[in-house]
Amino acid sequence: MAHDDLHKLKDQAQYDFTTEVDYAHTVRRGLGEDIVRELSAVKGEPPWMLAFRLKALETFLRMPMPTWGVDLSSLRFDEFYYYMKPVEQEARSWDDVPDSIKETFERLGIPEAERKFLAGVEAQLDSESVYSSLKEEWEKYGVIFVDMDTAVREYPDLVREHIGKVVPIADNKFAALNSAFWSGGSFVYVPPHVHVEIPLQAYFRINAQSLGQFERTIIIVDEGSDVHYIEGCTAPQYSTAALHTGVIEIFVKRGAHARYTTIQNWSTNVYNLVTQRAVVEEEGRMEWVDGNLGSGVTMKYPAVVLKGRKAHGEVLSIAFAGQDQYFDAGAKAIHLAPETSSVITSKSISKANGRSAFRGLVRINRGAQGAQAKVVCDALLLNPQARSDTYPYINVAEDEAQVEHEATVSRINEEQLFYLMSRGLSEADASALIVNGFLEPFVKELPMEYAVELNRLVQLQMEGSVG
Amino acid sequence: MADHTLEIRDLHVAVEGKEILKGVNLTIHTGETHALMGPNGSGKSTLSYTLMGHPKYEVTQGEILLDGESLLGLSPDERARKGLFLAMQYPVAVPGVTLYNFLRSAVSAVRGYTEAARKAGNNRLNAHLIPARAFRQEVNEELAKLKMDKAFLRRYLNEGFSGGEKKRAEILQMALLKPKFAVLDETDSGLDIDALRIVAEGVNRLQAELNLGLLVITHYQRILNYIVPDFVHIFYEGRIVQSGGASLVEKLEAEGYAWLEAEVA
Ligand SMILES: Nc1ncnc2c1ncn2[C@@H]1O[C@H](COP(=O)(O)OP(=O)(O)O)[C@@H](O)[C@H]1O
Ligand SMILES: [Mg+2]
Repeated sequence: MAHDDLHKLKDQAQYDFTTEVDYAHTVRRGLGEDIVRELSAVKGEPPWMLAFRLKALETFLRMPMPTWGVDLSSLRFDEFYYYMKPVEQEARSWDDVPDSIKETFERLGIPEAERKFLAGVEAQLDSESVYSSLKEEWEKYGVIFVDMDTAVREYPDLVREHIGKVVPIADNKFAALNSAFWSGGSFVYVPPHVHVEIPLQAYFRINAQSLGQFERTIIIVDEGSDVHYIEGCTAPQYSTAALHTGVIEIFVKRGAHARYTTIQNWSTNVYNLVTQRAVVEEEGRMEWVDGNLGSGVTMKYPAVVLKGRKAHGEVLSIAFAGQDQYFDAGAKAIHLAPETSSVITSKSISKANGRSAFRGLVRINRGAQGAQAKVVCDALLLNPQARSDTYPYINVAEDEAQVEHEATVSRINEEQLFYLMSRGLSEADASALIVNGFLEPFVKELPMEYAVELNRLVQLQMEGSVG
Repeated sequence: MADHTLEIRDLHVAVEGKEILKGVNLTIHTGETHALMGPNGSGKSTLSYTLMGHPKYEVTQGEILLDGESLLGLSPDERARKGLFLAMQYPVAVPGVTLYNFLRSAVSAVRGYTEAARKAGNNRLNAHLIPARAFRQEVNEELAKLKMDKAFLRRYLNEGFSGGEKKRAEILQMALLKPKFAVLDETDSGLDIDALRIVAEGVNRLQAELNLGLLVITHYQRILNYIVPDFVHIFYEGRIVQSGGASLVEKLEAEGYAWLEAEVA
C-alpha cells in the first residue's frame, strides 16, 4: 500500500465518519434453509434475494463435488459457520492471531492499524472514511462503488438484473454455495464513456465483511468505459474460517475495458475455491491479473467469455505453491464471436512439496471465424520434490481459427545461480532474484505498491517463513 | 592502499571426471597485471571459473590462497565478498531482472548492507539494500565513464545484449563491486576497436583507483596494446608452460602457438 498517501487521506477524512455499528450476529454452525432465511432476514433483504438464495441452496445440495482438481475429500461443509457479522470478527483479539502472521506483518512493514484489520481483528473504520471521500469523487461521474449489501438495498434493480447472469447458480457446486450464503463483496457500476482514473480498490471500501468467506462481486462496465478494480492485498489474510468461495461476475459492454487485479495470500488453513468470469461484448477488453500465494488448496480459473465481435480477453496469473500448498489454477477463454482474441499467460512456481497445476481451457465455437487464442504456461520448480502439471483443454469447432499453446517447465538454472553468486549474492538471494525475474511479466502489470510488496512476499516465501 | 596476494599452487581441476588443469602455479599481487595467453580449449576459462568457485569444477589437488588463506571451501558469493571478481567470457542472461536491481543487490551484498540488516534482524522493506539515491548517483557516474546509456539500467540482465554490451556491463559491475583481484576472461572478444578502447580505459582507471591485481585472459594480443601487462604467461594443455615479460606477447604474435607443441612435447 502507499501507506503515506493512505494516512494523509485518513487524516483528511476522519471527521466525516458516520457509521452505526451493527450488533453481533452469528448463525449456528453448518448449513441449512434456516440459516439462509435468518441471514437474509438480518440483512433485511427483499424477497427476490431470499428466493435466489434458497434456490441456490437447493442446487448446492443437489450438485456433486468436483471429482477433478485438488483433493477436497477432507472438506466438511458442516464444520463451518456460514454467516458471521463483522462485529463478530472484531471480537477476536490480537492475541489470538498466530505469531507467524504477526511476524510477517512486521516484515512487510505494515502499520499497526492495518495489520489488525488484515488479521480480522477490527473493522477498518479509518479506511471507511477514506472510502467516503473517494466516493464523492466517483459519484460526480455516476460511478457506483459500494459493498454488495448496500447495493441490494440501494440499487436493487441493477443487482437483480445482473446477479447470477455471468456465473449462474448451477455453474458449479461452490458457485451455488456462494449464491446461497454470499456476504460482502463489491458492486461496481461505471456509466457509459467514463474512464475511472484511480483504480477502485476494495481496500478502501472494505469492512470486515469483504474479507469474508463468501464474497460476491459484480462489476458492470458500460459502453466505452474503463475501470481497474483491485481486490485483496499482499499481506496474509488470516482467517479462522477455513473455507473461502467467492464469485466474481463482470460485464464488459461494447468498447469497454475492465481489469481485475487480485492477489490472494490466505493463510494455509484455507480452502480457496473461487469462480471468476467476465462476459465481453463487441470490441470490449477484459484482463484478469491474478496472483495466488496463500491458501492450502486453491481452485480458480478466471474466465473470459468473448461474446461480441473483436472482443479481447487476457488472463495473466501466477501461483507460488510452497510447503503443503496445492493449487489447481488456470484460465478459460470461450470464443463465441468472429475475430475474438485471447491470451492466457500462466506462471507457476513450486517449492518444497508444493504442487501447482495449470488447467487451461480454450474453446472456439463454430462461427467464431478469425478467432485467435494463445496459451503460454511456464513452470519453475525450486527443488526435486516440487511438482507441476499442465492440463490444456483445447476445443476448436471453427476451421478459421488459430490456437497456439506453449508450455515450459524449468528448474533454477545453475549457470544463472553461479553468475549471480559470483557477484556476492547468497544462494537464497540469488534464487529469489531469479524467481522475481521469472514473475516480472506479472509484477510489471501491478500498481507500484503491490509490485514492491509482491517481490518482498516472494522473498519471504522463498525463505520459507510464510505459509 | 593495502597489498594483497592471490596465490595459485599446483592446481589440478577436473570437470565431469576429466582432468583439465594439470598443476597451475601463479602468484598475483595487487597492483600487478598478468596476462594469460593460450589457445582455445587449453583450460583458461576453467581456471577462471575455478578461482571463482563454480561448483562444476572440482579441485583435485593444490590450493588457491588469498593472503595465505584458502578459498577452496568458500562459495562464489563468499569469494566475491572477499574481493574476487570474474568478468566472464560468456555472461549469462537472467530474464526479468533489471540491470539496476541486480547491480543494487550485488553492491549491497558485497559492501555488507545485506548482512548488516540480517544480523540486526532488520527485515524492513529494502533495509538490506544500499540507499537508492546514493547508489543511483554512483551508477550514473560509472555509466558515463563507460559511455553507456542510462536506459541500459532498465534492461534485463544480459538479455538481448550485444557482445560488446555484455562486456561493458561486466566492467560496470567490476567498477561498482571494487574487487581486489579481477580476472578478465576474453573481455576483448566481441568488442570493436572503439568499445575495446573504452573498456580498456575503464580497466586501467580502476586498476589505478583500486590497486587491482589483474589477470587478463586472452588468446589475441590486441587487448594487451591497451592494458599493458607486467607479466605474461603462456597457457597450454592445463598448465603455464612459459612466463616472461611483455616481450613474450610479440613472440606469440610472430610465431603463433604452433611452436609450443614442439616445445612441450
Ligand atoms: N563445464 C564444462 N563441462 C564440460 N567440459 C568442460 C567444461 N568447461 C570446460 N570444459 C572442457 O575443458 C577444456 C578446456 O576448456 P576451457 O577452460 O573453456 O578452455 P579455454 O577457455 O582455454 O578455451 C575443454 O576441453 C572443454 O571442453
Ligand atoms: Mg575460454
